[in-house]
Amino acid sequence: MCDTCGCNVTQGNQHLIQEGGKHEHTHDGKVAVEVLLNLLSENDHQAGHNREHFDNHQVLAINLMSSPGSGKTRLLESTIDALKEKYRIGVIEGDLETENDAERIRAKGVSAVQITTGTACHLDAHMIHDALHQMDLDSIDILFIENVGNLVCPASFDLGQHRNVTLLSVTEGDDKPSKYPVIFRAADHVLITKSDLLAVLDDFEPEKAESAVRQLAVEAPVSLTSAKSGEGLDLWLSWLEGQIDEQSIRRSEGKTATPKIAPEGQQLYTHG
Amino acid sequence: MHELSVCQAMLTQVEEIARRENARDVTRIVVRIGPLAGVVPDLLQQAFTVARAGTIAAEAELVTEEQPIRVSCLSCGAESDVLPNRLLCKSCGDYRTRVISGDELLLASVELNRLSDERLHRPA
Repeated sequence: MCDTCGCNVTQGNQHLIQEGGKHEHTHDGKVAVEVLLNLLSENDHQAGHNREHFDNHQVLAINLMSSPGSGKTRLLESTIDALKEKYRIGVIEGDLETENDAERIRAKGVSAVQITTGTACHLDAHMIHDALHQMDLDSIDILFIENVGNLVCPASFDLGQHRNVTLLSVTEGDDKPSKYPVIFRAADHVLITKSDLLAVLDDFEPEKAESAVRQLAVEAPVSLTSAKSGEGLDLWLSWLEGQIDEQSIRRSEGKTATPKIAPEGQQLYTHG
Repeated sequence: MHELSVCQAMLTQVEEIARRENARDVTRIVVRIGPLAGVVPDLLQQAFTVARAGTIAAEAELVTEEQPIRVSCLSCGAESDVLPNRLLCKSCGDYRTRVISGDELLLASVELNRLSDERLHRPA
Protein backbone atom coordinates (compact mmCIF):
# COMPACT_ATOMS: atom_id res chain seq x y z
CA MET A 1 0.00 0.00 0.00
CA CYS A 2 2.71 2.37 0.95
CA ASP A 3 5.34 3.44 -1.52
CA THR A 4 7.16 5.25 1.25
CA CYS A 5 7.16 2.34 3.68
CA GLY A 6 10.48 1.94 5.35
CA CYS A 7 11.08 5.64 5.48
CA ASN A 8 12.36 6.50 8.89
CA VAL A 9 12.33 9.48 11.08
CA THR A 10 16.05 9.93 10.63
CA GLN A 11 15.81 11.21 7.11
CA GLY A 12 12.68 13.16 7.84
CA ASN A 13 14.26 14.78 10.84
CA GLN A 14 17.65 15.39 9.47
CA HIS A 15 17.13 18.57 7.48
CA LEU A 16 15.11 20.07 10.32
CA ILE A 17 17.75 19.35 12.84
CA GLN A 18 20.50 20.62 10.58
CA GLU A 19 18.57 23.72 9.63
CA GLY A 20 17.92 24.96 13.14
CA GLY A 21 20.63 23.02 14.92
CA LYS A 22 23.28 25.01 16.69
CA HIS A 23 26.18 23.19 18.21
CA GLU A 24 28.13 24.77 20.98
CA HIS A 25 30.53 23.64 23.64
CA THR A 26 29.68 24.12 27.30
CA HIS A 27 32.28 25.15 29.90
CA ASP A 28 33.13 21.58 30.88
CA GLY A 29 33.82 20.42 27.34
CA LYS A 30 30.44 18.79 26.75
CA VAL A 31 28.64 19.44 23.50
CA ALA A 32 25.16 20.98 23.69
CA VAL A 33 23.10 20.33 20.59
CA GLU A 34 20.10 22.56 20.13
CA VAL A 35 17.27 20.58 18.58
CA LEU A 36 13.87 22.30 18.83
CA LEU A 37 11.97 19.38 17.37
CA ASN A 38 8.54 18.12 18.39
CA LEU A 39 8.92 15.24 20.85
CA LEU A 40 6.43 13.24 18.83
CA SER A 41 7.97 14.04 15.46
CA GLU A 42 8.37 10.36 14.58
CA ASN A 43 4.65 9.87 15.14
CA ASP A 44 3.87 13.11 13.31
CA HIS A 45 6.01 12.06 10.38
CA GLN A 46 4.06 8.82 10.07
CA ALA A 47 0.81 10.75 10.50
CA GLY A 48 1.84 12.96 7.58
CA HIS A 49 2.26 9.85 5.44
CA ASN A 50 -1.11 8.49 6.54
CA ARG A 51 -2.73 11.80 5.59
CA GLU A 52 -1.03 11.63 2.21
CA HIS A 53 -2.48 8.15 1.65
CA PHE A 54 -5.95 9.33 2.59
CA ASP A 55 -5.61 12.27 0.22
CA ASN A 56 -4.25 10.18 -2.65
CA HIS A 57 -7.25 7.88 -2.31
CA GLN A 58 -9.73 10.79 -1.93
CA VAL A 59 -10.66 9.63 1.59
CA LEU A 60 -11.87 11.95 4.37
CA ALA A 61 -10.52 10.73 7.75
CA ILE A 62 -12.34 11.64 10.97
CA ASN A 63 -10.93 10.86 14.44
CA LEU A 64 -13.54 10.31 17.18
CA MET A 65 -12.41 10.88 20.76
CA SER A 66 -14.26 10.67 24.08
CA SER A 67 -14.45 8.93 27.45
CA PRO A 68 -15.29 5.22 27.38
CA GLY A 69 -19.03 4.73 27.07
CA SER A 70 -20.01 8.13 25.73
CA GLY A 71 -21.49 6.63 22.60
CA LYS A 72 -18.88 6.68 19.82
CA THR A 73 -19.81 3.28 18.40
CA ARG A 74 -23.53 4.00 18.76
CA LEU A 75 -23.05 7.28 16.88
CA LEU A 76 -21.20 5.43 14.11
CA GLU A 77 -24.02 2.88 13.82
CA SER A 78 -26.57 5.65 13.31
CA THR A 79 -24.25 7.52 10.95
CA ILE A 80 -23.75 4.39 8.83
CA ASP A 81 -27.53 3.82 8.70
CA ALA A 82 -28.04 7.38 7.49
CA LEU A 83 -25.18 7.63 4.99
CA LYS A 84 -24.28 4.18 3.72
CA GLU A 85 -26.40 4.47 0.57
CA LYS A 86 -24.67 7.71 -0.35
CA TYR A 87 -21.07 7.19 0.77
CA ARG A 88 -18.71 4.27 1.13
CA ILE A 89 -17.67 4.10 4.78
CA GLY A 90 -14.79 2.37 6.55
CA VAL A 91 -14.03 2.21 10.26
CA ILE A 92 -10.92 1.62 12.35
CA GLU A 93 -11.80 0.69 15.93
CA GLY A 94 -9.39 1.18 18.82
CA ASP A 95 -9.82 -0.66 22.10
CA LEU A 96 -7.57 -2.30 24.66
CA GLU A 97 -9.19 -5.68 24.03
CA THR A 98 -11.97 -7.47 22.04
CA GLU A 99 -13.37 -7.29 18.50
CA ASN A 100 -16.79 -6.27 19.86
CA ASP A 101 -16.94 -2.79 18.33
CA ALA A 102 -15.65 -3.89 14.92
CA GLU A 103 -18.29 -6.65 14.93
CA ARG A 104 -21.02 -4.11 15.64
CA ILE A 105 -19.83 -2.04 12.67
CA ARG A 106 -19.53 -5.07 10.36
CA ALA A 107 -23.09 -6.03 11.29
CA LYS A 108 -24.07 -2.79 9.52
CA GLY A 109 -22.42 -4.01 6.33
CA VAL A 110 -19.38 -1.75 6.63
CA SER A 111 -15.74 -2.89 6.67
CA ALA A 112 -14.03 -2.44 10.02
CA VAL A 113 -10.52 -3.12 11.28
CA GLN A 114 -10.12 -3.58 15.01
CA ILE A 115 -6.89 -2.43 16.64
CA THR A 116 -6.40 -3.93 20.09
CA THR A 117 -3.78 -1.92 21.91
CA GLY A 118 -3.29 -4.25 24.88
CA THR A 119 -2.51 -1.68 27.54
CA ALA A 120 -1.84 1.41 25.41
CA CYS A 121 -4.23 4.22 26.24
CA HIS A 122 -4.37 5.81 22.78
CA LEU A 123 -3.95 5.11 19.07
CA ASP A 124 -0.84 6.39 17.33
CA ALA A 125 0.03 7.00 13.71
CA HIS A 126 1.97 3.75 13.35
CA MET A 127 -0.99 1.66 14.54
CA ILE A 128 -3.19 3.40 11.97
CA HIS A 129 -0.60 2.79 9.28
CA ASP A 130 -0.58 -0.93 10.09
CA ALA A 131 -4.38 -1.04 10.04
CA LEU A 132 -4.41 0.65 6.63
CA HIS A 133 -2.63 -2.40 5.19
CA GLN A 134 -5.84 -4.30 5.90
CA MET A 135 -8.09 -1.73 4.20
CA ASP A 136 -8.79 -0.92 0.58
CA LEU A 137 -8.82 2.87 0.65
CA ASP A 138 -10.01 2.99 -2.98
CA SER A 139 -13.33 1.55 -1.87
CA ILE A 140 -13.91 4.15 0.89
CA ASP A 141 -15.08 7.78 0.89
CA ILE A 142 -15.05 8.37 4.66
CA LEU A 143 -12.84 6.66 7.21
CA PHE A 144 -13.88 6.95 10.84
CA ILE A 145 -11.19 6.24 13.39
CA GLU A 146 -12.76 5.46 16.75
CA ASN A 147 -9.98 6.19 19.22
CA VAL A 148 -9.51 4.39 22.52
CA GLY A 149 -12.05 5.66 25.07
CA ASN A 150 -9.95 8.12 27.03
CA LEU A 151 -10.34 11.84 27.58
CA VAL A 152 -6.62 12.53 28.04
CA CYS A 153 -4.04 10.69 25.95
CA PRO A 154 -5.53 10.48 22.41
CA ALA A 155 -5.38 14.28 22.09
CA SER A 156 -1.59 14.29 21.90
CA PHE A 157 -1.18 11.93 18.92
CA ASP A 158 -1.78 12.95 15.32
CA LEU A 159 -3.04 9.98 13.30
CA GLY A 160 -3.22 11.66 9.90
CA GLN A 161 -6.90 12.55 10.24
CA HIS A 162 -8.39 15.66 8.66
CA ARG A 163 -10.80 16.44 11.46
CA ASN A 164 -11.27 15.65 15.17
CA VAL A 165 -14.65 15.10 16.77
CA THR A 166 -14.92 15.03 20.57
CA LEU A 167 -17.99 13.51 22.23
CA LEU A 168 -19.36 14.40 25.65
CA SER A 169 -22.30 12.39 26.96
CA VAL A 170 -24.77 14.12 29.25
CA THR A 171 -24.09 11.63 32.06
CA GLU A 172 -20.50 12.91 32.29
CA GLY A 173 -21.35 16.40 33.52
CA ASP A 174 -21.46 19.77 31.80
CA ASP A 175 -18.09 20.88 33.22
CA LYS A 176 -16.07 18.16 31.45
CA PRO A 177 -14.56 20.61 28.90
CA SER A 178 -13.16 22.69 31.79
CA LYS A 179 -11.69 19.59 33.42
CA TYR A 180 -10.17 18.12 30.25
CA PRO A 181 -9.30 21.19 28.18
CA VAL A 182 -6.68 19.61 25.92
CA ILE A 183 -9.01 17.14 24.21
CA PHE A 184 -11.93 19.56 23.84
CA ARG A 185 -9.63 22.23 22.46
CA ALA A 186 -8.59 19.77 19.74
CA ALA A 187 -12.18 19.36 18.51
CA ASP A 188 -13.45 20.50 15.12
CA HIS A 189 -16.94 19.49 16.23
CA VAL A 190 -18.14 18.78 19.78
CA LEU A 191 -21.09 16.40 20.05
CA ILE A 192 -23.05 16.33 23.27
CA THR A 193 -24.48 12.80 23.14
CA LYS A 194 -27.33 10.88 24.80
CA SER A 195 -29.59 13.95 24.88
CA ASP A 196 -32.54 11.56 25.34
CA LEU A 197 -31.33 11.13 28.94
CA LEU A 198 -31.71 14.85 29.71
CA ALA A 199 -35.31 14.10 30.70
CA VAL A 200 -34.04 12.22 33.75
CA LEU A 201 -30.89 14.29 34.39
CA ASP A 202 -31.70 17.68 35.84
CA ASP A 203 -28.10 18.64 36.50
CA PHE A 204 -26.69 18.76 32.96
CA GLU A 205 -27.16 22.04 31.15
CA PRO A 206 -26.16 21.89 27.46
CA GLU A 207 -25.63 25.68 27.47
CA LYS A 208 -23.11 25.34 30.31
CA ALA A 209 -21.26 22.62 28.41
CA GLU A 210 -21.12 24.81 25.31
CA SER A 211 -19.93 27.77 27.36
CA ALA A 212 -17.14 25.62 28.85
CA VAL A 213 -16.10 24.68 25.30
CA ARG A 214 -16.11 28.36 24.21
CA GLN A 215 -13.86 29.25 27.15
CA LEU A 216 -11.23 27.08 25.48
CA ALA A 217 -11.29 29.48 22.51
CA VAL A 218 -13.00 26.83 20.40
CA GLU A 219 -15.19 28.12 17.57
CA ALA A 220 -16.19 24.61 16.45
CA PRO A 221 -19.90 23.74 16.38
CA VAL A 222 -21.34 22.16 19.54
CA SER A 223 -24.32 19.92 18.71
CA LEU A 224 -26.79 18.30 21.07
CA THR A 225 -27.51 14.80 19.76
CA SER A 226 -29.03 11.46 20.56
CA ALA A 227 -28.14 8.50 18.36
CA LYS A 228 -31.03 6.70 20.04
CA SER A 229 -33.85 9.19 19.45
CA GLY A 230 -32.26 10.81 16.39
CA GLU A 231 -32.33 14.29 17.93
CA GLY A 232 -29.72 16.60 16.46
CA LEU A 233 -28.28 13.97 14.13
CA ASP A 234 -29.16 16.20 11.16
CA LEU A 235 -26.66 18.79 12.51
CA TRP A 236 -23.95 16.15 12.71
CA LEU A 237 -24.73 14.60 9.32
CA SER A 238 -24.86 17.91 7.47
CA TRP A 239 -21.53 18.93 9.05
CA LEU A 240 -20.09 15.61 7.92
CA GLU A 241 -21.37 15.99 4.36
CA GLY A 242 -19.93 19.50 4.32
CA GLN A 243 -16.57 18.02 5.32
CA ILE A 244 -16.76 15.45 2.53
CA ASP A 245 -17.46 18.24 0.02
CA GLU A 246 -14.59 20.33 1.39
CA GLN A 247 -12.21 17.38 1.16
CA SER A 248 -13.24 16.82 -2.45
CA ILE A 249 -12.61 20.51 -3.28
CA ARG A 250 -9.26 20.40 -1.46
CA ARG A 251 -8.20 17.34 -3.42
CA SER A 252 -9.06 18.94 -6.74
CA GLU A 253 -6.78 21.80 -5.69
CA GLY A 254 -4.06 19.45 -4.44
CA LYS A 255 -4.47 20.62 -0.84
CA THR A 256 -4.99 18.84 2.46
CA ALA A 257 -6.17 19.73 5.96
CA THR A 258 -5.18 19.06 9.53
CA PRO A 259 -7.52 19.42 12.51
CA LYS A 260 -7.90 23.10 13.35
CA ILE A 261 -5.86 22.87 16.52
CA ALA A 262 -2.76 20.97 15.60
CA PRO A 263 0.51 21.28 17.48
CA GLU A 264 3.33 22.86 15.52
CA GLY A 265 4.97 19.51 14.97
CA GLN A 266 1.91 18.17 13.17
CA GLN A 267 1.90 21.09 10.78
CA LEU A 268 5.56 20.56 9.96
CA TYR A 269 4.76 17.19 8.50
CA THR A 270 1.59 18.02 6.63
CA HIS A 271 1.98 16.70 3.12
CA GLY A 272 0.33 17.89 -0.05
CA MET B 1 -0.20 7.31 31.08
CA HIS B 2 0.93 8.06 27.51
CA GLU B 3 4.03 9.75 28.95
CA LEU B 4 5.93 6.48 28.53
CA SER B 5 5.17 6.53 24.78
CA VAL B 6 6.24 10.17 24.61
CA CYS B 7 9.40 9.35 26.56
CA GLN B 8 10.29 6.46 24.26
CA ALA B 9 9.76 8.68 21.22
CA MET B 10 12.02 11.28 22.83
CA LEU B 11 14.76 8.70 23.50
CA THR B 12 14.60 7.48 19.89
CA GLN B 13 15.31 11.04 18.78
CA VAL B 14 18.04 11.50 21.37
CA GLU B 15 19.77 8.25 20.33
CA GLU B 16 19.66 9.34 16.70
CA ILE B 17 21.21 12.70 17.56
CA ALA B 18 23.83 10.98 19.74
CA ARG B 19 24.75 8.63 16.89
CA ARG B 20 25.08 11.49 14.43
CA GLU B 21 27.16 13.53 16.86
CA ASN B 22 29.41 10.56 17.57
CA ALA B 23 28.55 10.73 21.26
CA ARG B 24 29.98 8.55 24.00
CA ASP B 25 27.10 9.38 26.28
CA VAL B 26 24.29 11.86 26.76
CA THR B 27 24.40 13.85 29.98
CA ARG B 28 21.40 16.17 29.78
CA ILE B 29 18.15 16.37 27.83
CA VAL B 30 16.09 19.54 27.89
CA VAL B 31 12.43 19.45 26.85
CA ARG B 32 9.93 22.30 26.69
CA ILE B 33 6.36 21.37 27.64
CA GLY B 34 3.30 23.60 27.66
CA PRO B 35 0.30 22.84 29.91
CA LEU B 36 -1.84 22.42 26.77
CA ALA B 37 0.43 19.73 25.28
CA GLY B 38 -1.34 17.04 27.30
CA VAL B 39 1.88 15.73 28.79
CA VAL B 40 2.55 15.93 32.53
CA PRO B 41 6.20 16.84 33.27
CA ASP B 42 6.30 14.82 36.54
CA LEU B 43 4.98 11.71 34.81
CA LEU B 44 7.48 12.18 31.99
CA GLN B 45 10.24 12.30 34.62
CA GLN B 46 8.97 9.04 36.15
CA ALA B 47 8.77 7.39 32.74
CA PHE B 48 12.28 8.61 31.96
CA THR B 49 13.83 6.84 34.95
CA VAL B 50 12.50 3.56 33.49
CA ALA B 51 12.88 4.20 29.77
CA ARG B 52 16.45 5.52 29.81
CA ALA B 53 17.89 2.21 31.09
CA GLY B 54 20.15 0.59 28.52
CA THR B 55 20.19 3.63 26.25
CA ILE B 56 22.96 6.10 25.55
CA ALA B 57 21.12 8.42 27.96
CA ALA B 58 21.16 5.91 30.84
CA GLU B 59 22.95 8.39 33.11
CA ALA B 60 21.37 11.53 31.69
CA GLU B 61 19.39 14.15 33.53
CA LEU B 62 16.02 15.19 32.10
CA VAL B 63 15.15 18.87 32.47
CA THR B 64 11.58 19.94 31.72
CA GLU B 65 11.01 23.61 31.09
CA GLU B 66 7.35 24.49 31.57
CA GLN B 67 5.96 27.25 29.42
CA PRO B 68 3.23 29.72 30.44
CA ILE B 69 -0.02 29.77 28.46
CA ARG B 70 -0.36 32.95 26.49
CA VAL B 71 -3.06 33.86 23.98
CA SER B 72 -3.30 36.57 21.38
CA CYS B 73 -6.79 38.00 20.75
CA LEU B 74 -7.99 37.86 17.14
CA SER B 75 -10.52 40.56 17.95
CA CYS B 76 -8.61 43.29 19.84
CA GLY B 77 -5.02 42.09 19.39
CA ALA B 78 -4.18 42.05 23.11
CA GLU B 79 -1.99 39.31 24.56
CA SER B 80 -2.88 37.68 27.90
CA ASP B 81 -1.49 35.04 30.26
CA VAL B 82 -4.34 32.61 30.87
CA LEU B 83 -5.36 29.34 32.55
CA PRO B 84 -5.57 26.03 30.63
CA ASN B 85 -9.36 25.95 30.79
CA ARG B 86 -9.97 29.64 30.21
CA LEU B 87 -8.31 30.77 27.00
CA LEU B 88 -10.34 33.96 26.62
CA CYS B 89 -8.87 37.40 25.96
CA LYS B 90 -8.38 39.08 29.33
CA SER B 91 -8.71 42.48 27.74
CA CYS B 92 -11.99 42.25 25.78
CA GLY B 93 -13.29 38.81 26.84
CA ASP B 94 -13.53 37.44 23.29
CA TYR B 95 -13.14 33.68 22.85
CA ARG B 96 -11.58 34.01 19.42
CA THR B 97 -7.97 33.82 20.50
CA ARG B 98 -4.88 32.03 19.28
CA VAL B 99 -2.50 30.24 21.64
CA ILE B 100 0.98 31.69 21.09
CA SER B 101 2.68 29.82 23.94
CA GLY B 102 1.74 26.88 26.15
CA ASP B 103 1.07 24.03 23.71
CA GLU B 104 4.70 23.13 23.00
CA LEU B 105 6.04 19.61 23.21
CA LEU B 106 9.61 20.15 22.12
CA LEU B 107 12.97 18.50 22.46
CA ALA B 108 14.94 21.69 23.07
CA SER B 109 18.53 20.47 23.42
CA VAL B 110 20.75 17.49 24.11
CA GLU B 111 24.05 17.74 25.98
CA LEU B 112 26.59 15.02 25.24
CA ASN B 113 30.23 13.94 25.37
CA ARG B 114 31.74 13.15 22.00
CA LEU B 115 33.91 10.09 21.41
CA SER B 116 36.11 12.19 19.15
CA ASP B 117 36.67 14.74 21.92
CA GLU B 118 38.24 12.01 24.04
CA ARG B 119 40.51 10.94 21.21
CA LEU B 120 41.49 14.53 20.51
CA HIS B 121 42.50 15.16 24.10
CA ARG B 122 44.36 11.89 24.51
CA PRO B 123 48.16 12.39 24.80
CA ALA B 124 50.11 10.96 21.89
